[in-house]
Amino acid sequence: MQQIFNFIYKNSNRLLFLLLLSVSLLLTIQSHSYHKSRIISSANFLSGGVYEKINNITEYLNLKTENDALALENARLKSILFNMKDTTTIKKPENLLGVAPDDIVVSKVIHNSFNTHENFLTLNSGSNDGVKSDMGVINSLGIVGIIDKTSPKYSTVVSILNTKSQINAKIKKSNHFGSLSWNGKNTGFVQLTDVPRLAAIRKGDTIVTGGQSVIFPENINIGTIYKYYYQEKTNYYVIDVKLFNDMTNLGHVYIIKSKDRDEVNNLEKESKKDE
Amino acid sequence: MNSSLLVNIVRFILLLAVQIIIFNNMNFLGFIMPLPYMLFIILYPVNSNRAALLLSSFLLGLTMDLFSNSGGIHATACLILAYYRPYLFKFAFGVSYEYQTIKLNDTLTPERFSFIFLAVVLHHFTLFILEAFQVSFILDILIRTLLSTVFTIISCIIIIYLIKPNKR
Repeated sequence: MQQIFNFIYKNSNRLLFLLLLSVSLLLTIQSHSYHKSRIISSANFLSGGVYEKINNITEYLNLKTENDALALENARLKSILFNMKDTTTIKKPENLLGVAPDDIVVSKVIHNSFNTHENFLTLNSGSNDGVKSDMGVINSLGIVGIIDKTSPKYSTVVSILNTKSQINAKIKKSNHFGSLSWNGKNTGFVQLTDVPRLAAIRKGDTIVTGGQSVIFPENINIGTIYKYYYQEKTNYYVIDVKLFNDMTNLGHVYIIKSKDRDEVNNLEKESKKDE
Repeated sequence: MNSSLLVNIVRFILLLAVQIIIFNNMNFLGFIMPLPYMLFIILYPVNSNRAALLLSSFLLGLTMDLFSNSGGIHATACLILAYYRPYLFKFAFGVSYEYQTIKLNDTLTPERFSFIFLAVVLHHFTLFILEAFQVSFILDILIRTLLSTVFTIISCIIIIYLIKPNKR
């Protein structure tokens, strides 16, 4: 017994090191294996509060670009409003989104990372405002990411600039589907993979969200085709998509809840049960 | 003893604040980020309690993780640096170094520089390996380690010389 105590006392530093190392490695591995199991996230009182304070100050520096973006969006909305009478075939923006106005939460990005392989944003609205995991996040230019974790006042977003994120997308013109991911290299471009060889692709074609995803409604802008190449191994195209969004400079975003999501999920559950 | 404890607590908070408010927003070329918060571990008194160093560097890393949504990578990197610090001392200052005579925040000698360099490389390499967590990114990991090391060392040395403690 005495020897055991002696051993523990002699090696106390090493034991403490191993204990702490296993805790931190556990946290690391957990965060890598499945992003929702992340225990340490910036959606909490301390870091959320600090980031909000910092954002209050830095916001002033970005007022000009934010104003420009708002002015552009105003112009777009006005043009829709003024042209309404002539072009009755154009649907209202709400219908286009497939989302009821009540299901849109306007929020502000209070922290934005884009320099690692797995990037996250922090927003200043949380479960108190009705934000839940797996809601889509967009802004006026295109998609931004998917809600990861929420706290009462804050929430984190898996950015599309995250090597783990997979979003269903399609080529607007030809309706060919593929999955959108990021190769971790350039913040201006994401990659659309698994596009079949049959698809007619041209530089500059628009990529939008596809209808297979229950997170995003169909036809939300993502970007344009910048470069494409054919993968011999898999017989699929890989397309470099130039994002409409500047992911390094985000201000206000919209959190959307797809109207049909619960319905689709329930339906899929039922058909799985039948099997 | 008490004053050194106080100095370390103040250093802990100040370095974290500076890191989060200023250096986390610095992105040279989009991915190079200096991480001078690890200066806390480098400047920790040489012959002080080792268990306290391990615990405090774990906390330091965990706080960074809290703010950068990164699981436990900063905590792991800080912990490994804290644990291997005595070996780095031995390597940089020679086997027969005397604990009492080492003062890092003094004029820059080759020994001091090599210690800081080794510490930063160890920390950054662990950090970027855990951040990428894939063998296929190895080239990327090495480039990031190399470039970030340069900027971290520059910022560390600047901070050391800007805030020299009062001579007694």
